[in-house]
Amino acid sequence: MTALRRTPLADLHEDLGARMVPFAGYEMPVQFALGVMKEHLHTRTAAGLFDVSHMGQVIVRGDDYAAGARAMEALVPVNLEGLAEGRQRYGFFTNDAGGIRDDLMMANRGDHLFAVVNAACKADDIAHMRAHLAGCDVEEITDRALLALQGPEAERVLEALVPGVAAMRFMDVGVFASDFGELWISRSGYTGEDGYEISVPADEAAALARALLAADAVEPVGLGARDSLRLEAGLCLYGHDIDTETTPVEARLAWAIQKVRRRGGAREGGFPGAERILAELEGGAPRARVGLRPEGRAPMREGTPLFAAAEGGSPVGHVTSGAFGPSVEAPVSMGYVPAEHAVEGTLLHGEVRGKRRPVRVASLPFVPARFKR
Amino acid sequence: MKYTEEHEWLRPEDDGTVVVGITQHASEQLGDVVFVELPEAGTNVAKDDEIVVIESVKAASDILAPLDGEITEVNEALVDDPAKVNEDPLGDAWFFKMKPGDPSQMDDYMDEAAYKEFVG
Repeated sequence: MTALRRTPLADLHEDLGARMVPFAGYEMPVQFALGVMKEHLHTRTAAGLFDVSHMGQVIVRGDDYAAGARAMEALVPVNLEGLAEGRQRYGFFTNDAGGIRDDLMMANRGDHLFAVVNAACKADDIAHMRAHLAGCDVEEITDRALLALQGPEAERVLEALVPGVAAMRFMDVGVFASDFGELWISRSGYTGEDGYEISVPADEAAALARALLAADAVEPVGLGARDSLRLEAGLCLYGHDIDTETTPVEARLAWAIQKVRRRGGAREGGFPGAERILAELEGGAPRARVGLRPEGRAPMREGTPLFAAAEGGSPVGHVTSGAFGPSVEAPVSMGYVPAEHAVEGTLLHGEVRGKRRPVRVASLPFVPARFKR
Repeated sequence: MKYTEEHEWLRPEDDGTVVVGITQHASEQLGDVVFVELPEAGTNVAKDDEIVVIESVKAASDILAPLDGEITEVNEALVDDPAKVNEDPLGDAWFFKMKPGDPSQMDDYMDEAAYKEFVG
């Protein structure tokens, strides 16, 4: 077993009283002094600061942006050639069976493409890109930390330190000179709130974090609340809600596949698993990811089997993420069910500790997104 | 007051019943409690039966019956307001009262000094 890696903010987390846990090979804060519930609520009402430095930051450099984007389009079913400079898009690496290898953010930064990938997948992703992006240089950025500042106060707080960020729209990216070195900022995040992700030189990261935390509105937030925030926002966690066995159409992520990559589009297909994914885009998938609202207060957690009837029968699906939603003030889950059960309001039964409890299919997200479009 | 290695506290009452809750240490380790499922009053239980389910923001855990006996009363207020377990674990947030079959089972448990040493 290899030693856990530490992010440039690990010492700061410990100073702030974080409870540290192993996550994707890193020692990460699961919660700070406030605790998961208050950290979650604080992010929705003011602003939360998250350390997401464990995620992979990758630069793909071809002869120019378009060359890198064209090469990358062979791995992701996303319109990258049509992505404007200074803009970012969500997407996923697919496999030959149409499953998802990882999900990621990709940005057009003028002369190159910048990607942010999941911590647990980053070594595989980088090897995958190096193996398939002919003529491109794939560089993992290891001398930068990544912070996320999320919540309705994020704009005001960051603008005071980095003038200009208030003018960004959701999914804009930009490079800003600052007292903390060159910052690579996107107006995005994974909580359903407005906010920013900030790539900062590793040796400036703690100073930037302390400057952000100095604002009354900002509290440090751990992985526990990050998980409940993204779940309420209906966002997928890789390895749980999506994986190599789920297709983008089953996962209800078809919105991320632009027309130009679909059947009849100018650059139709040309990515791993295209045959299955293009067919499902037209004909539908046999199962779907849905929101689930358990009745009562008992959370239905990952792995909970779902049944059509209160008694008897085999499971029709299962929960892939589930927790108590602090903002919803009720348990919320996501899971996969056959298409015929994937209709909002459908009554199902989740088996918790040997007892079937009623749960209804619900629309996602559980809380409305508050992005600055 | 007695304490178990499962981080429960047991407080004998004058009427011979024993009130059971979880310690401050346990409530801090659990994190924010969001769901509590209690047994029914009148249930006969054996020591180490799983009789209460607590779900926190992190995970589900059980509370074991610390003694053989009969559950005489449960704290229904926790079902509606599970956060009480974090706010006042040693007071308002007791879980159940039980009438022990063999009160001498209490002797196996730690006193406050021993428990303090146990949690370090």
